[in-house]
Amino acid sequence: MEGEELRLDGNAIAGALGEVFVEEMTSARIACEGCGSVESVGAEHAYVQAPGIVLRCTHCDSALLVMTRTGSRMRIWFPRSRWLETGEPGND
Amino acid sequence: MARAAVRGRLNWTLGEVVELIDETPRVRSIVLDVPDWPGHRAGQHVDLRLTAEDGYQAQRSYSIASSPEDARLTITVEGLPDGEVSEYLVGELRRGDKLELRGPIGGFFVWEAVSGGPLLLVSGGSGIVPLMSMLRHREAADATIPTKLVSSSRSWDEVIYRDELERLAAAANGPEVIHTLTRSQPPGWTGYARRVDGAMLAEVAWAASSMPMTFVCGPTSFVESVAAALVLLGYPATSVKTERFGPTGG
Repeated sequence: MEGEELRLDGNAIAGALGEVFVEEMTSARIACEGCGSVESVGAEHAYVQAPGIVLRCTHCDSALLVMTRTGSRMRIWFPRSRWLETGEPGND
Repeated sequence: MARAAVRGRLNWTLGEVVELIDETPRVRSIVLDVPDWPGHRAGQHVDLRLTAEDGYQAQRSYSIASSPEDARLTITVEGLPDGEVSEYLVGELRRGDKLELRGPIGGFFVWEAVSGGPLLLVSGGSGIVPLMSMLRHREAADATIPTKLVSSSRSWDEVIYRDELERLAAAANGPEVIHTLTRSQPPGWTGYARRVDGAMLAEVAWAASSMPMTFVCGPTSFVESVAAALVLLGYPATSVKTERFGPTGG
């Protein structure tokens, strides 16, 4: 169930991402394979009440990142994203 | 910005409840002493984890209400009907209790005095919590960045941090605070008495040409309608940062 009222922001999955990634991930950029857009993880849509966590493109709703936990195992996959970039944008 | 860099993975730690403040009949602030707290930035949150005697665990995210300059960590929780975690935090938690938490978390929905402005904050109900951290930080940092808060509450009695907001607004260089009361208004109320909409924002928000930094926090439907209205007023979508609470915080 991914109804409108269950939609959160990527901010909501920062804790889960922090279990895996060392860097702060809501400021990281993620590129959508569906529409080509690039947004901060914190600006994308997140659904946390599914069996796993799903991050979807704020423009085209493509599933960018999915996290599921089974016992001690955490699986992350990227169904419709091209890349994920950490660090401050545009500093190089 | 360097602070956002490598800082190790998140670990659970214990904080001790040192003070409980009833903000409104349904909302309580929990002041925590967290040893070795690494500090936070205004707008960040923490995860809280409660464990029952039978081992059942429930986890929720709560925005940090205190300013980064405050040595004690404060979260503010709204008790929600059937919210297994929030009801416990608002109703049963006592001073001296220990809470398991991890954080600070997030770096996108964050404002620092050095980030500049002007600043527009728009809150629905308890969505004011992370914005209050920004206002407290603004005051603690002696920042004079022009700031407006548009706060939507159901009634005057349900305005969280009401007295402190009045004090901040009355101070020299304080923020401008605009309340709207959506369900009931006290006698003689002359302020707004409806949901935040485009017409209201056109009247009270900064002109888009002043390139404000905007933070909107509240229930999902509130956040989305406010963000859409601001974009219609000419605010670039990337300048409007949002934090949705969803239907309940549990």
